[in-house]
Amino acid sequence: MIELTQVHKAFGPKKVLQGVNLTIPKGSSMVIIGGSGTGKSVLLKSVLGLVSPDSGSITLDGQEVGTGDRDAFLARFGMLFQGGALFDSLPVWQNVAFRLMRGALKRPKAEAREIAIEKLRRVGLKPDVADLFPSELSGGMQKRVGLARAIAAEPEIIFFDEPTTGLDPIMSGVINDLIREIVVEMGATAMTITHDMTSVRAIADEVAMLHDGVIQWTGPVAQMDASGDPYLEQFIHGRAEGPIEAVR
Amino acid sequence: MILLRPLGALGAQILSMLAMVGQLALFALETISHLFRPPFYGREFAQALVQIGWLSLPVVGMTTLFTGGALALQIYAGGARFSAEAVVPSIVAIGMVRELGPVLGGLMVAARVASSIAAEIGTMKVTEQIDALVTLSTHPMKYLTLPRVLAATLVVPCLVAVGDVIGIMGGYLVGVSRLDFNSAAYLKNTVDFLEVFDVTSGLIKGAVFGFIVATVGCFYGMNSGRGAQGVGAATKSAVVAASVLIFAANYILTELFFSA
Repeated sequence: MIELTQVHKAFGPKKVLQGVNLTIPKGSSMVIIGGSGTGKSVLLKSVLGLVSPDSGSITLDGQEVGTGDRDAFLARFGMLFQGGALFDSLPVWQNVAFRLMRGALKRPKAEAREIAIEKLRRVGLKPDVADLFPSELSGGMQKRVGLARAIAAEPEIIFFDEPTTGLDPIMSGVINDLIREIVVEMGATAMTITHDMTSVRAIADEVAMLHDGVIQWTGPVAQMDASGDPYLEQFIHGRAEGPIEAVR
Repeated sequence: MILLRPLGALGAQILSMLAMVGQLALFALETISHLFRPPFYGREFAQALVQIGWLSLPVVGMTTLFTGGALALQIYAGGARFSAEAVVPSIVAIGMVRELGPVLGGLMVAARVASSIAAEIGTMKVTEQIDALVTLSTHPMKYLTLPRVLAATLVVPCLVAVGDVIGIMGGYLVGVSRLDFNSAAYLKNTVDFLEVFDVTSGLIKGAVFGFIVATVGCFYGMNSGRGAQGVGAATKSAVVAASVLIFAANYILTELFFSA
């Protein structure tokens, strides 16, 4: 279980997180929604320790995330970045098997390649993609490779940062289905940030809306449409009029 | 009051430059500390050796070849004023190995390597590849910085040595073909006047310049701003800072090695 309590983070005068409280139960798929620039990525990166909160507590299974063995902590996570964040200098299979070729999870090269090809197949890519470089792939293929990399070491927790941004509706649907299938199949805890409502409905067990640096609403995805929360309603229906200012 | 504004701006610039020097020093110390803490990434080190050393050979070779030739012409013309044309081989050799070889080699590597390292790492930062490394339990300083800094520190002295030989050859070619020097006499003069410390001091300078170039490139890449403009600014700053630091380090090392 991931638990955030009164998490604050500011960049200079800009207060991004202003007391975030959120609990993500083990094995559930939590989707965090909110407008652009509301701090969704900062929240996600705070959990991973890529960004240090100014105050507050973030725990994983009761242990504060900044304490203990960092490598062991990170080994429990997989992450799909918004732009894929694939390493340009490495072929696809080495991107996927990156964690399996170094550190505590290191395997023989042939075995790592075999696992990489199996994970590529799992995300719908053919084995001949394995030896291409990221620059030779389309945006959708890069996302799939990023997804394969996120699941390569079979992590307990997977983070998805804007998984469908920049993709056409069909490819978005494919990625959403893949994420849902993989999370269910692996029994992983998932945390996704997005402002794509189609993704929310496809991926989420639970939804949390981040606005003005706090969690404005949280609850099961089934209750989202009948929440009665004016902020959430404006967001999910994409209305220009409402309590959320259109110009931020 | 209006006159104080430019002074204030100048003061702010100086403070910001001092802060940058401090941050760069801390970055260099952190890089060195990783030298003694595993894991080490041999493949990245080998790639950096090729990128920084082997691929810089043509530009360093061409630069020192022409400089050696020009130096021979200048010394001949200057020496003729007091009938000292015979010093051309020895001055070309000493000038190349002590000063021009290491400084020009360092500057050419700064132009070629500091810029490419800063641009590459800056782009990796902007596209979240550095964050991805961290989430994959890989320390960016160990994976990106240490291999490049170590490779540059080891390989730039080799480039300087090759540059020294090519520069002296440039002087020799001009001396023999244009200035009517006897080939054997030119080579004998070159060897006779050159001391071992002339060469080793230049190689030590090369190692220091290599360390500066790669450290500065990595530092600016890691601290790059967002977007194309941020990466462009980091690249430009890396080349300028590396070049200035090379000149400063060259003066300090020359004082240390050769002051009376």
